[in-house]
Amino acid sequence: MAMRTPLYKTHVASGARMVPFGGWDMPVQYPSGIIHEVRQVRNDVGMFDVSHMARLEFTGADAGRFLDTVLSLRASRLEHGLGRYHVICNQDGGIIDDAIVYNLAENRFLLVVNAGNADTDRAWLTSQMNAFAAEGHVDVELVDRSLDIAMIAVQGPNAVSMLDELTGDEAGSTTRFHAGEATLDGERILMVRTGYTGEDGFEIMFDSAHAPRIWNLLIDSGTTECGLGARDVLRLEAGLMLHGSDMTVENNPYEAGLRWTVRPNRTEYIAGEALRKIRDEGTPRRIAGFVMRSRGIARHGHSICVNGDEVGVVTSGTHSPTLGVAIAMGYIDIAQSEIGTVVQIDVRGRMVDAEIVKLPFYRRDRTIKPTALRARTRR
Amino acid sequence: MYPDDLKYSSEHEWARVGNGDVVEVGITNFAQDTLGDVVFVELPEIGSKVDQFDKFGEIESVKAVSDLFSPVSGTVTAVNEELEQSPELVNSDPYGDGWIMEVQLDDPSELDELMDSETYQGTLE
Repeated sequence: MAMRTPLYKTHVASGARMVPFGGWDMPVQYPSGIIHEVRQVRNDVGMFDVSHMARLEFTGADAGRFLDTVLSLRASRLEHGLGRYHVICNQDGGIIDDAIVYNLAENRFLLVVNAGNADTDRAWLTSQMNAFAAEGHVDVELVDRSLDIAMIAVQGPNAVSMLDELTGDEAGSTTRFHAGEATLDGERILMVRTGYTGEDGFEIMFDSAHAPRIWNLLIDSGTTECGLGARDVLRLEAGLMLHGSDMTVENNPYEAGLRWTVRPNRTEYIAGEALRKIRDEGTPRRIAGFVMRSRGIARHGHSICVNGDEVGVVTSGTHSPTLGVAIAMGYIDIAQSEIGTVVQIDVRGRMVDAEIVKLPFYRRDRTIKPTALRARTRR
Repeated sequence: MYPDDLKYSSEHEWARVGNGDVVEVGITNFAQDTLGDVVFVELPEIGSKVDQFDKFGEIESVKAVSDLFSPVSGTVTAVNEELEQSPELVNSDPYGDGWIMEVQLDDPSELDELMDSETYQGTLE
């Protein structure tokens, strides 16, 4: 049976369509529809229930040093209150999950991971912790805080000003990728300035018991309820990877375009040696962005071809309401991966031309004007 | 939501019998609601043949793609070219501006294979 977040009844009461996702019953869309929800996040402010994401807390004098051994960055060096996106790799450099780690306070770290990978992550991290303890580093404890804390992502150009108003100017002082505390409707909340949409905003965490009240307060303050459907479109437009779709344990961070998240030159890092080897040898394929040049939407699993030869595979694709074209990401042979290359994607038996473009497709400050993109790509 | 003057297929298409042997075809309110925001309708060629309950095109929403099945056999005499620029008409007006094609019937008795509104609605429960 699927698990339910503290907002399950609130979603149903709002008329959301609920679907199974990563072991949870989650809203995929509300009655106004995915395109409306996407536009609200791009132009105003929208919110997502992300309470299904697992939040793992690591405490103890050895916590930072333990995380250094399993994460692709040096968590112990993060200043207090700062978070970083990174990947969790196995000893072969395969991506088990992507995550954000926060150094909340002295000897206290928060790791936010994907719902669908939570069991795998917990098992992997626990086994590594046991190995670490066997070497004498025993002062590290893992507490799963997922169920007692609700998490809501508030995203959009008006997200910060709205939260500023609701918290009495506490929101805006928290800068990008930082965590800060504030009071919202009388409750203490943790707010982290991050998201998965390509827009500014926060993910806020607080005691689950207050979730429906705070959700409804945000609605009354003008926030649009958004589901997983809109979240998937927004993250793809922003060129953000989805683990399980765009990368799995079979992929390494170099071919997945995540080189910037990896610090492999560290002796304590269990994946360091494997990742240095992959880095030095280079990868035969890489992730790339595609814009369809005529009608048709590439979807996960579709073949990418050049001159009739299969040279890659699509990992995500959708219609982009913001850009007015169909977009996709996928892995393609390095030799064929130059920006501007025209490939053919096998959309259920119909070969549709697509052009390789630089990721992300959408960037808040300097995205390609939708009209220009349309003129360039539609024949 | 399911007009009485239409005939319905179990694949969630409707047919409207108009002048003579030409029927208008579209997808039902249930179908558009299940798909969500429609972003692409692959229209058949005018003059092409379609067969009853066989695929004649595709319809794609933000999240999903689905085949379109013709409720009747015949020759396509018109397609709704508005859908190329405004596929969302299928959502906003599935029985009106969101129509998909017109078909010249091969065999009007095929309409007996389709359901009336009440029977169709019974299949949705």
